[in-house]
Amino acid sequence: MKYVILIQSNPQSLAVWETLTEQQRTDFGLGHLRLTEEMREAGVLVASEGLGDPALATQVSVRDGETITSDGPYAEVKEHLAGFYLIDVADFDEAVAWAAKAPDAAYTRVELRPVLDMSAWEI
Amino acid sequence: MGDLTSLLRECAPQALAAVVRRHGDFEACEDAVQEALIAAAQQWPSTGVPEHPRNWLITVASRRRVELLRNETARRRREETVWREPAPQPRGDDELALLLLCCHPALSVPAQITLTLRAVGGLTTAEIARALLLPEATVGQRISRAKQRIRDAGARFDRPASDLTAVRHVLYLIFNEGYTASSGDALNRVDLTREAIRLTRQLHRRLPGDGEVAGLLALMLLTDARRPSRTGPDGALIPLAEQDRRRWDRSAIDEGVAIITAALAHAPIGPFQLQAAIAAVHDEATRVEDTDWEQILLLYGLLHALHPNPIVTLNRIVALAMVDGPRAGLAALDRTAADPVLAKHHRTAAVRAHLLEMTGDHAGARDHYRRAARLTLSIPEQRYLESRAARLR
Repeated sequence: MKYVILIQSNPQSLAVWETLTEQQRTDFGLGHLRLTEEMREAGVLVASEGLGDPALATQVSVRDGETITSDGPYAEVKEHLAGFYLIDVADFDEAVAWAAKAPDAAYTRVELRPVLDMSAWEI
Repeated sequence: MGDLTSLLRECAPQALAAVVRRHGDFEACEDAVQEALIAAAQQWPSTGVPEHPRNWLITVASRRRVELLRNETARRRREETVWREPAPQPRGDDELALLLLCCHPALSVPAQITLTLRAVGGLTTAEIARALLLPEATVGQRISRAKQRIRDAGARFDRPASDLTAVRHVLYLIFNEGYTASSGDALNRVDLTREAIRLTRQLHRRLPGDGEVAGLLALMLLTDARRPSRTGPDGALIPLAEQDRRRWDRSAIDEGVAIITAALAHAPIGPFQLQAAIAAVHDEATRVEDTDWEQILLLYGLLHALHPNPIVTLNRIVALAMVDGPRAGLAALDRTAADPVLAKHHRTAAVRAHLLEMTGDHAGARDHYRRAARLTLSIPEQRYLESRAARLR
């Protein structure tokens, strides 16, 4: 089963980040690198990325066949997606165990969501 | 080229089993066989297929296995003795031992599936990755981890576990994985449904007296027989009751029915046999209104007693509703309210919606179809449930 571990950046997580020492921040970053490596070695990692700042985001839309891009969001966004891990594991419990290893879980929280699949069913 | 691929796939597990039996050490032997397969794929198209392709692979893999170990100087003397011995011969029960090793209880279920597809199915890492929709590196890592675990667990090829439960479960999961609706790159994907049937057929041939292996093979054949009419041209799911039964694969149904009939007559009953028997009752009805629901209700009752799980509970309620009416089904559904798994399961909402629709309560049915659509993780199923809700507008 595939699950995605979502890491949000929000006022709460930023406030926590402010209280961390330099050493704690380094450990935090290394923690993510180590987790990625551990997932890869265990054969559960599908993909994992950290995302650039929302100030670098571009909005893309198509109207009348024309692609329109605009920078943004300009408005102050309270919460944005900062990164994710996509994993393929045996079951929910294993997914929770991996999510618990994300450094964020120790300070704030991470969100675990099952991935929709294309499997059919019998009625 | 397709012939060569299937020939190699046929021979690979037998060669691997023979080499592992001789040398032990699954990990190094698997690497050696992979190299022999690559050599065969490169050489045979120009040299022609050798007279005994399996023995060719065993000889080349055995040599390669020795070469791999020769590089470790400490072991040189021992290996030089092995070098002079004739290549091991394939043996009938090898493949079964290999299958049991791949489904070793020390491995996680995803690892068992991956290793079985590789070592017994003879698929390449890239083929497995495409079939399971995973990156190749992930599958490669999974295979090497699984091999390590087998070594660490001290699992021995010559003394494998004798319990086939895990093996049947893994084959069943491979079959289910194959249900994945075809997408754009379907042509490049190994059909896991066919692969599972092929491996289960081999196992059934090896162990004709195992009723549950027979039941599993029959279940796969009887389910796969409906494949031509299970989805519409746009990929949308068509429920059993609305499928064009003339398009079902009659020869697969006949074979499945024959296998399950023989198994039920001779072997102790088990959950796969019961599921196959239920599939057979459905498949034997040429029109949906001819379905023998009383028989199906009886079989679900047995399955519920032998191997209860939430899906069996729900399917039994559907059968009950078909025999005693939707209100009896709804009453039975209410009695399961305390079950926490069922309470969260999208199928519970789907069954309630279906039964409400049968009673004529369209508003209630619509709400529960919508709820079921929200809770399912399957996209085709979601589309199906949404369309049921929309139809009741």
